[in-house]
Amino acid sequence: MSFYKIIEHYKNFDFKSYLETINEIKIKKILEKEKINHEDFLALLSPSAENLLEDIAQKSHNISVKHFGKIILLYTPIYISNFCVNQCIYCSFNKNFNIKRKKLSYTEIEEEAKKISESGLKHILILTGESKEKTPISYLCESVKILKKYFHSVSIEIFPLTTDEYRKIIESGVDGLTLYQEVYEENIYKKVHISGPKSNFKFRLDAAERACQANIRSVNLGALLGLNFWQKEIFFTALHALYIQNKYPDVEISISLPRIRNNIGSYKGIETIKDKSLVQMICALKLFLPYVGITISTRENKNFRNSLIPLGITKMSAGVSTSVGGHISEQGTPQFEIEDNRTVEEIKKVITEKGYKPILKDWTSF
Amino acid sequence: MDNLFIGGVELKNKLFIGTGKFSNYEIIPEVIEKSEVQVVTMALRRVDLEEKTDNILKYIPQNCILLPNTSGARNADEAIRIARLAKAMGCGNWVKIEVISDQKYLLPDNYETIKATKILAKEGFIVLPYMTPDLIAAKALESSGAAAVMPLGSPIGTNKGIKTRDLIEIMIEEIKVPVIVDAGIGKPSHAAEAMEMGSAAVLVNTAIAVSENPVKMAEAFFMAVKAGRLAYTSKMGKQEKFAKASSPLTGFLNEGEF
Repeated sequence: MSFYKIIEHYKNFDFKSYLETINEIKIKKILEKEKINHEDFLALLSPSAENLLEDIAQKSHNISVKHFGKIILLYTPIYISNFCVNQCIYCSFNKNFNIKRKKLSYTEIEEEAKKISESGLKHILILTGESKEKTPISYLCESVKILKKYFHSVSIEIFPLTTDEYRKIIESGVDGLTLYQEVYEENIYKKVHISGPKSNFKFRLDAAERACQANIRSVNLGALLGLNFWQKEIFFTALHALYIQNKYPDVEISISLPRIRNNIGSYKGIETIKDKSLVQMICALKLFLPYVGITISTRENKNFRNSLIPLGITKMSAGVSTSVGGHISEQGTPQFEIEDNRTVEEIKKVITEKGYKPILKDWTSF
Repeated sequence: MDNLFIGGVELKNKLFIGTGKFSNYEIIPEVIEKSEVQVVTMALRRVDLEEKTDNILKYIPQNCILLPNTSGARNADEAIRIARLAKAMGCGNWVKIEVISDQKYLLPDNYETIKATKILAKEGFIVLPYMTPDLIAAKALESSGAAAVMPLGSPIGTNKGIKTRDLIEIMIEEIKVPVIVDAGIGKPSHAAEAMEMGSAAVLVNTAIAVSENPVKMAEAFFMAVKAGRLAYTSKMGKQEKFAKASSPLTGFLNEGEF
C-alpha cells in the first residue's frame, strides 16, 4: 500500500466545511485529551482553534520539552549543483530560467566543506537540482564521501531516487533524507510542476518509503506552504509522517514548514501564510505527533525564528547560503531568498539566551 | 554498609543521572556534586571530542563513572559498534545498552538488547541493559553477562512513575544482578517507591533536567532514593488491604485456657 491510498480516502472530504463546524468548546475538549485522533488534529487547524492558540501553544511547549528536552540541533545546507531539468513555477532553478548554472567539482565541494566546518557545524544537508546527466548518482555518492570527512551526519535534499539508488547513497554515508512533496493535492501538483521527471506525483510521494526500505535513519517531510490552502496540506503532511512511522517504526521523523519565498519566477502561490498560521501548524503537529521533530529553515526571519524556539522546534539551519558554492564565492543565484543571515555563533547565542541548548552533533556513523 | 556493587565497583549513591535533556551543561557539575552522583549516563551520539568548549565529557567530574549509552541504535549491531567506539574514545568500559526500534513509543527492543549484551559482556564491557520489564528477558540478560538490568518504570520522558510495578517486583524477586529502574520516574516520590520496592538504584534524567532548578531537584531525588532504600532495608510494615482491629476478636485465646 502506498500513502496515495490515504490521500484517495479523503478525496471527497470537504475540509473547508469541516473546519467551519469546529467551535471553541470542541477545541477545549481536545486540549483535555492525552492523545488526539485525525479529526481532532484537523480541528486544531481550524479558525476556532486559532482563537485558543495560546492554550494550544502552552501544551505544545510542554509536550516538546518532555520528548526532546530544551535542545535544538543546528545544521546547514550545501548546494552542490543547480542544473535542473524540471519546470517548477516556484523555484529559481527552473530549467527555463536564465540563471548561471553551476556544479561544484569535488575539489570545490571539499573547499566548501572545509569552510562550513570551520563554523563548528557537524550536520550537513546536500541540495541539488534534478539532473541525472549533470549530477548522476555516482557524482552524488562521491560528494557524500568527501563531506563525510568533515561532517558527522550527511543528509540529502535531492530528487527522488529508486530504492537501489537510495541504498547506494546510504552506503556512501547518508543517514537522513529531506523530501518535500511540495503539495499533496495532485491537481495542483500537476499545475505547478509543468514538465520534467518531478511532474510524476506518485514517484515523489513514495520516495520517502523507498529510502526507508533502503535503511535510512531519518526522514524529514514537508509541503511548500502557499501552493494550496494550508490546512489540507498540513493534514496530509502529518498523515504522511504517521504512515511512515507506523510502517517503519525505527525511522526518526521530522517535519518542515517551508513557506514560499521570493524566487525568479515571482510565483507567490494561492495564499499567503500568516505567521499566526505557521505557529498554529507547529503546535497542532506537536499535539498530534509528539515524537516528531520540527525543522525551521532560514526561509523565516530571525525574530520570528527566535520566537518559535519554545513552541516545539527541534532543528534549525544556521550560517546558510542557498546558492551553489555560496560559502567560497559570492556568485550564483540562490534557490530562494533567505531571511536570516546570522552566523552559527549568533544563532547559538540566541538559542542559549532562550534557555535552550544548541547542539551541533546528534549522530555519527559508527 | 548497604552499598551497591556493579562490575566490581562499590557504589554508595543509588541515584544515577542522565544528561540528555539538560539545556545548559554548566549546571551539570553542580547537580552531580550536590547530589553526590557517582554514575552518569550520556548519549555517545552527542559526544563530540573535537568540540573544545561544549563537549559534554568536560562537565562530568573525573571521579564519576561514565555510563555511555547507545541511544540511536536501532539494532544489536549498531549498539555494539557504538559501545566499542565509546571505549575507543576513552569513556571506559561501562555501557548502557539502549536499542530502540520504535520511535513512536521509544520502547526498548529486548531481543536485540540481549544479542548486544551477550557480545559486549564477552568483550569485557560492564553492560547495563535498558529493557522493557520482562522476567524471561531479564533472565536471558543475566545469563548473557549483564552486570545489572534496567527496566523502565513507564515509557521514557512520560514522568508517569512506576506503572510497571508488578513486573519489576517479580524481577527484583527473581533476578540476582541489581535491578535498576530507568525511565518514567517523574518525581522524587516515584524514586522512593522504586527503592522501597527493593530496586538497587534508579536512573533519572528528564525529571531533573527539565525542572526549573535541576540542582535542587537532583537533591530531592537523592534524598528520596536514600529514604526509599532505608525503608526497604528496615523492612517496612506489611500493607494490609483492610483495617486491622486493635481489639482483636481472638485475643482472649492468648490468655490461657478457660
